[in-house]
Amino acid sequence: MAQPVVSVKGLEVSFATEGGMLNAVRGLTFELAEQEVLGIVGESGSGKSVTALALIGLLPKTAVVKGSVEIDGEEIVGRAEKDMYKMRGSKIAMIFQDPMTSLNPVYTIGWQIIEAVRSHGKVSKDEAKVRAIELLRLSGIPRPEAALDSYPHEFSGGMRQRVVIAIAMANSPRVMLADEPTTALDVTVQAQVLLSLQSALEKTKAALVLVTHDLGVVAGMANRVIVMYAGRVVEFANVDELFYRPSMPYTHGLLGAIPSHAEDSDERLSQIPGAPPTMLNHAGGCPFAPRCPLAQDVCRSTEPALEPVATADGSVHLSACHFRDEVSSMPVASMFKGAEQILEGAEDSGH
Amino acid sequence: MSIFRKKGRSGEKIETQWSTAMRNFRKDKMALTGIAIFVIILIVALVQTMLNPKGWSTLTTDFAKPPSWHHPFGTTDSGLDLMSGCLKGALQDLIIAVIVSTMALVIGTAVGAVAGYFGGLLDSVLMRVVDLLLVVPLLTILIVMSNIFSSGGGSPLAIALLIGFLSWTYISRLVRAEFLALRERPFVEASIALGASSWRVITRHLIPNAIGVIMVNTTLTVAGAILLESTLSYLGLGIVPPAVSLGMLVQDGQGSATTSPWQFFFPAGLLLIIVLCVFVIGDGMQAAFDPRNARRRK
Ligand SMILES: Nc1ncnc2c1ncn2[C@@H]1O[C@H](COP(=O)(O)OP(=O)(O)OP(=O)(O)O)[C@@H](O)[C@H]1O
Ligand SMILES: [Mg+2]
Repeated sequence: MAQPVVSVKGLEVSFATEGGMLNAVRGLTFELAEQEVLGIVGESGSGKSVTALALIGLLPKTAVVKGSVEIDGEEIVGRAEKDMYKMRGSKIAMIFQDPMTSLNPVYTIGWQIIEAVRSHGKVSKDEAKVRAIELLRLSGIPRPEAALDSYPHEFSGGMRQRVVIAIAMANSPRVMLADEPTTALDVTVQAQVLLSLQSALEKTKAALVLVTHDLGVVAGMANRVIVMYAGRVVEFANVDELFYRPSMPYTHGLLGAIPSHAEDSDERLSQIPGAPPTMLNHAGGCPFAPRCPLAQDVCRSTEPALEPVATADGSVHLSACHFRDEVSSMPVASMFKGAEQILEGAEDSGH
Repeated sequence: MSIFRKKGRSGEKIETQWSTAMRNFRKDKMALTGIAIFVIILIVALVQTMLNPKGWSTLTTDFAKPPSWHHPFGTTDSGLDLMSGCLKGALQDLIIAVIVSTMALVIGTAVGAVAGYFGGLLDSVLMRVVDLLLVVPLLTILIVMSNIFSSGGGSPLAIALLIGFLSWTYISRLVRAEFLALRERPFVEASIALGASSWRVITRHLIPNAIGVIMVNTTLTVAGAILLESTLSYLGLGIVPPAVSLGMLVQDGQGSATTSPWQFFFPAGLLLIIVLCVFVIGDGMQAAFDPRNARRRK
């Protein structure tokens, strides 16, 4: 692998809250090469957005960040805010969740793209305009010349998100971050926007960190996947490995919760019982243990390290589970089916 | 790329907030009427004051004469031509208003923007200064200050600077409140994520979003300044003769509103018309800057 565009080592983020230190991200390490797509999945509150914000140095001042984040060889952690301006937009750019609000309502689409194009480096207005049209075309906006004079409120959500993508690409950043880029959109539009994003990546050769709840999106877009739980990476693998041989019960749970479109089986969706832990006072032990159908005493006492699972193709597959090898050979989500039946039984007898 | 250059309307300027606003504004009949009346008054006042600079200081024997061909607005008790006075006064008021509103606009926006955007200690300090200026009655400050200022005798510039120095607090509070809300809007974070510095965020994203509020309140300040000046004149703290302002004429004419009403109604009417024009223009600007009113080019 050539020099990675993103290199994160031992990233830790915590917030001082009234209830004590909240460890939102604990020890995150990964590398990302050009054009690679890394999916980050996990339940609400698992630290996905905090991770993304740490990568671009946009965490609030109350956040305490430790470890190292290198973008294209330059360290982000501890960098002065005024040195970040130059990097943002040109080396790393971010696409936010809600396209309805992430464009400035008082400016035309054209103005906003041209502003982005001209904010890094000397470009004449005419050149910037030509580039803006090219960017809009790349991100799949029909009739880009006409779009220049439109205001955000004249566009639908899907179109706005394409504009946001065009703006993010304006200075050909090496890395793009997308935090749930399609969650706010209609399902029918989601796929189109993702396609736009994909073709944008091909053109700019940027790497992508894609934060999402949607494993379907991950399957379609990502090369590698990080599964986060309670601020920790609990599993890391290539997409195929993750989907076919999940090695952490939590991942099994996530996979069991996706509806399968392929066969209209009468298989019920499974769900992970219980709620994610608060990250305020971590008691030790595996954070998933209270919800895990396979949990043993060792799980409640010792937190498992993130260690490799044997893979057929020799790719890196890490799992934070004491029983990673056993879990990896179980059929997907089988363990939760049992749990669900038990729950259902309890409900039935209650009525 | 070259294809786009030929096909695209690259000769045409890209729409900016101002070009859109101006296009909207040009279609706003009310605001245009306001501007037209305002400009006519301004030109007439300028021309008259230039052609007949001594109009207001030449004493005649026509004491308190009603409007006639010779004195279209009538004369005062001391035999001065009221039209000359009104026009000269209007000019004086406008000069004061421009100085005051410019100061209010610049200081108010700057202080409000810094306080609202950066928050924290800076915000606290700036807002305490504002509180102080708001708590101490304006008039008291003016009375004290104008004594110091006007030992030379109520110079209009000094009065204008004084009123201006005390008139920015309202705008600064509004801008601050507006900024507190605006800076939480996702497009602000999005623009920071694209590499915008604080200065760029403030000047290119936040102020343009607050421009409607800023404009309207600046026009309110214009009206307020004219009225405040007339209050000062009434208290004998405003500008002093031979300088003249509409407020001064209104106060002088008030006493004789029943006996020689023109002495009151002409300056008061002119004052009212000017203030109304300013309001209408301000309203038009706010509407013009609202992107929702943007009309398509062509
Ligand atoms: N500014 C902050 N101050 C204090 N705690 C914060 C702050 N931002 C995030 N957190 C906490 O950090 C944890 C992780 O939050 P994060 O936003 O990364 O979750 P997420 O995985 O993105 O969830 P979601 O899927 O809901 O977006 C949460 O417990 C959250 O409450
Ligand atoms: Mg999030």
